Amino acid sequence: MGKTLAEKILSQKSQIGVCAGDIVIANIDLAFVQDTTGPLMVREFEVAGFKSLAYKERTILFLDHAAPSPNSQLSNDHILLRNFAHKKGSRLSEVGEGVCHQIVAESLAKPGDIIIGADSHTVTAGGLGAFATGMGSSDVAVTFALGKTWLRVPESIKVMVDGKLPIGVYAKDIILHLIGLIGADGATYQSLEFGGSTFDTMSVPGRLTIANMAIEAGAKVGLFAADEVTRSYLVDQKRGNDYIPLEPDSDASYIKTIKIDASRIEPTVAKPHTVDNTALATDLKGTKIQQVFIGTCTNGRLEDMAIVASILRGRKKHIDTRLIIAPASMEVLLQSIAFGYIKTFIEVGAIILPPGCAACLGLHQGVLGNGEACLSTANRNFKGRMGNPDAFIYLASPATAAATAITGEITDPREFL
Amino acid sequence: MLKGRVFNFGDNISTDHIVPGRLAHLRSNLPELAKHVLEDADPSFATRVKKGDFIVAGNNFGLGSSREHAPLVIKMAGISAILVKSAARIFFRNAINLGLPMLVCDTDKICDGDKLEVDLDQGIINDLTNGNQLPFKKIPKAMLAILEEGGLMPYIKKHGEFNL
Ligand code: SF4
Repeated sequence: MGKTLAEKILSQKSQIGVCAGDIVIANIDLAFVQDTTGPLMVREFEVAGFKSLAYKERTILFLDHAAPSPNSQLSNDHILLRNFAHKKGSRLSEVGEGVCHQIVAESLAKPGDIIIGADSHTVTAGGLGAFATGMGSSDVAVTFALGKTWLRVPESIKVMVDGKLPIGVYAKDIILHLIGLIGADGATYQSLEFGGSTFDTMSVPGRLTIANMAIEAGAKVGLFAADEVTRSYLVDQKRGNDYIPLEPDSDASYIKTIKIDASRIEPTVAKPHTVDNTALATDLKGTKIQQVFIGTCTNGRLEDMAIVASILRGRKKHIDTRLIIAPASMEVLLQSIAFGYIKTFIEVGAIILPPGCAACLGLHQGVLGNGEACLSTANRNFKGRMGNPDAFIYLASPATAAATAITGEITDPREFL
Repeated sequence: MLKGRVFNFGDNISTDHIVPGRLAHLRSNLPELAKHVLEDADPSFATRVKKGDFIVAGNNFGLGSSREHAPLVIKMAGISAILVKSAARIFFRNAINLGLPMLVCDTDKICDGDKLEVDLDQGIINDLTNGNQLPFKKIPKAMLAILEEGGLMPYIKKHGEFNL
């Protein structure tokens, strides 16, 4: 019997042939925490009596969620994490360098890797063909110390997306459409494995957007094969040597196959307060939006900035709508400056935030007021997510976000293309 | 044998309902954070819950973030087990890692305020209020090994590594 991507990676890494349902103890290629899950990891590390890291180079602490810190408690958490990194010799990604998942994708993840992060969106690196999954602080503390963890090999759902995406429709619309179809627990525990002709031409950033939201359907991983598109991304990142080809066997067995015709997808929006509560952007016309937020590990990449700049150029944002843009990493910020996107954003009236999670989880920099609605390019719209349980969050593509910033109400971006 | 009262919640209780991101500054002050447990789902929960009580919920309990603080503050509130129709993966693993039993069963017949007895060894829930008996799904073997040691850290301390 052939193997799925999940079975292949876990077999390679554990050096035994495994199938869905098996338990493996696997060495980990990369393990990380961020600043809201890191302090508990440090506590658990100490409680367990661990002294040192198994692999310093494969261990990273990211300061990205509260970056820069809005209050003394979080600043003290940063001190705790810096001290841990310095004492134990791990890597440290400082305030301002960017969101963990973006940096992992840009500089660290390789096809075939196993990556464990104390952050649910660790799944993002599945866009590069890495078996990347989120765990809690205790699990990551153990991985820091032992260099390994246990994993149950998940069953896989094959998602076949074929056809050409219409103008104005993007990777984000595909994944919102899929989650609307299968529900917020439609893939709980399972591996979502993406294939089909639509992805032959979809760049790695688009694949990362889709993998990033696999967790919003409950999946353990969201996986893409590693192909020529992956190779050219890694070459652009000056990591051509990190490339290995990876694809599922043609006779692999899936618990189900979902077929999607890309040519029929339209700009899609997730309405409050669950990600599977989807609707078409055009059907939400008239919904007033007080804040548009563009960024995050879902859609804060250079491609996203390019799309937004192309829609906003020469226009003005709506007077009643704040427009907040946070490039996901320093690299994205620098390139956005070089291409003139940042100038465009500022000219239309946007606020530029430093690379990091920014307004995404409601810690700082864009907390919503009572009754306010935000249209965000992030991945999650749970009640209270952006700092206020009395606010409303809609999720959409960067293009829909840009169009909405111009009109002040949810807008199908095709009106501006 | 676990014994306590039921606090009933619906479907899709997220980690943001349990410990919202806006309270991230309290994560290094756990007793303070615990005062807000489940605040965005039921603001009075933290003051009403008693040691031994149960959380009962529908589908996809604990969806969202990997923050282990979510099951941790539930455990600190004295909850003896979480009974759900289905659980989100990371939350489920985190709960077991903390030694907090998470049981999958048909929770439709359990009502808010019911008194329950849960027999972990027999795999049976007795609803003392309405007399119903409910089985719960077996906890996977690897996770049971961790739960039986009281959680991941006690497990690793004892075994030094994974023997699952
Ligand atoms: S950008 Fe948002 S979803 Fe992504 S890691 Fe940061 S807080 Fe989490």
